[in-house]
Amino acid sequence: MASGLATISSDPIAARFASLREVSRKAFVPYVTAGHPDPNRSVELLQGLEDAGADVIEVGVPFSDPLADGAVIQASSQRALEHGVRLDDVLEIISRAALTVPVVLFSYLNPLLRGGDDVLERAAAAGAHGVLVTDLPLGADPERERWFAESPLAFIRLVAPTTPAERMAQIARTGRGFVYLISRLGVTGEQATLSPELPRTAARLRAATTLPVCVGFGISRPEHARAAAQLADGVVVGSAIVRAADRSVADAIALAKSLRLGIDGS
Amino acid sequence: MSATVQMTDRFGAFGGRYVPETLIPALDELEAAYAAAQADPSFRNDLSSMLSTYVGRPSPLSEAPRFSELVGARVLLKREDLNHTGAHKINNTVGQVLLARRMGKRRIIAETGAGQHGVATATVCARYGLDCVVYMGEEDMRRQSLNVFRMRLMGATVVPVTGGTRTLKDATSEAIRDWVTNVTDTHYIIGSVVGPAPYPRMVRDFQAVIGVEARQQVVERTDGLPRTVVACVGGGSNAMGIFHAFVEDADVELVGVEAAGEGLDSERHSASLMRGTPGVLHGALSYLLQDAAGQVHPAHSISAGLDYPGVGPEHSFLKESGRATYVAVTDAEALEGFRTLSRLEGIIPALESAHAVAWMTRERGRWSATDVVLLCVSGRGDKDVAQVMEMGILDA
Repeated sequence: MASGLATISSDPIAARFASLREVSRKAFVPYVTAGHPDPNRSVELLQGLEDAGADVIEVGVPFSDPLADGAVIQASSQRALEHGVRLDDVLEIISRAALTVPVVLFSYLNPLLRGGDDVLERAAAAGAHGVLVTDLPLGADPERERWFAESPLAFIRLVAPTTPAERMAQIARTGRGFVYLISRLGVTGEQATLSPELPRTAARLRAATTLPVCVGFGISRPEHARAAAQLADGVVVGSAIVRAADRSVADAIALAKSLRLGIDGS
Repeated sequence: MSATVQMTDRFGAFGGRYVPETLIPALDELEAAYAAAQADPSFRNDLSSMLSTYVGRPSPLSEAPRFSELVGARVLLKREDLNHTGAHKINNTVGQVLLARRMGKRRIIAETGAGQHGVATATVCARYGLDCVVYMGEEDMRRQSLNVFRMRLMGATVVPVTGGTRTLKDATSEAIRDWVTNVTDTHYIIGSVVGPAPYPRMVRDFQAVIGVEARQQVVERTDGLPRTVVACVGGGSNAMGIFHAFVEDADVELVGVEAAGEGLDSERHSASLMRGTPGVLHGALSYLLQDAAGQVHPAHSISAGLDYPGVGPEHSFLKESGRATYVAVTDAEALEGFRTLSRLEGIIPALESAHAVAWMTRERGRWSATDVVLLCVSGRGDKDVAQVMEMGILDA
């Protein structure tokens, strides 16, 4: 790495956002469930997403009880579990994909708790750079929050439309990499339009932190991605890509390319 | 308040608020509303009036002479089966509906397994004219079709849950998903002492009336305290309700009876406390049936109300502290308990409560004839009669 870049940050996620900011581009952050549609095609999909212009990739750890997820990601999780994909297999999939873009592990708490004391180190060794935990909000469990914060992974925290401004600032202070802004009330899944509240929520979060902000939940079409990109530093698309991957990896990659174009505004 | 450490909402290491960020302000709001309600005499009066004039409290404490003879102790039955809607569940739904009204929430959602909590919720919603949506696993809707009809009769919408194991676990996940989506106008009435704080404590408080009444009734009747208090444990709300008044009485043995299903070594059971390990499900850290990779293991029990892989965090604490003892009986033993209490006392217990009956039968001889044992009949067995009839136990 050039010495000039190293001064930006040694954290690959922060470095990615810093270099995007220099050229006034917004990040495209696709989500996939590891092991969906099956372990081999999952590796193929990750590599294809990188080639389609992903800046960061979120890799979901399948869980039996994904209570923050809508039907599409629930089904993908179930399918991955039926293929026998557990946390160690997720790490192997990440390792096999050998991506150059940063990888964020997207998980419920329980599989990580059962992964052993060194699970976050093993995740880093496999090629993950960040970790996002859907059911560990600020203040829920200080000891385990510290465990994530002090790990080699950037601890990415979530903010919701219901989060008060003061709490937004507190959440952002404990996070690294970027802040994940949930665009609307509800679980993951596609919707016809973006939440009308989103511009105001994004503005509140902007005022509360200097970390990059990525918007997710309910963003499924290039025009959504373009609108969301104007409010944030990056756009997360999950269910739409997972649903396309139900049809074929090629479909998912084609969608990713059109989302990339949507974000870039061309 | 929202950013303060919530460790006070724990029972030892157990409990907590492991939920999506979206729900945190709603849980804060609920906690504050509950604290204000507890301090408000008019709330306490409304609750007490509903419990006496609508639910039918206090529930009686029945002697059980023939069953007592069988087990060799003086058994007293706390008759939650005689409550309106036929189980203890309504104690909690009355409390939470009154609370929802104070918070200005007009839409109520609930999960249900056997259907008793769903029926209790639909009942109180009808009484107050609130919208009611109940999530129920498709498999449970089949097993408990009569309760589905009851809920619909009272105006509730029953939504079939087709994900996962199609039972209580998945109905609870689906109710939480609804709450995340409609949190601003909706109150979620969790039916047991599970879920994120403040639910486990709040539901226990609403169910604590069982133990408060029973303790007073036992003292008046026998001039002393019981030697043992026995209740079945799925999520554990009737057990926490009856245990709570006795926790400080160190000489009173507290026994929770879990469902051993087809046997504790069969992998087809619901004995979270006896065979589980600590883990996070539905917002709380507690004992949980799970595999080595942290995936939740499907539970099994003949009784839909005990068919849950988790358990209330306070039970995990009572287990670890040694204050309560947890045991388990099989499906077959529970069926025998169902028949025993029906034949000896003319009381058909819910299959859930039949687990507690069955444990006492198995342990006959461990008490002396003068020992008093308090047994919680958490619900009546009418809902289970068709299922048991199909099994042909009269021919056995």
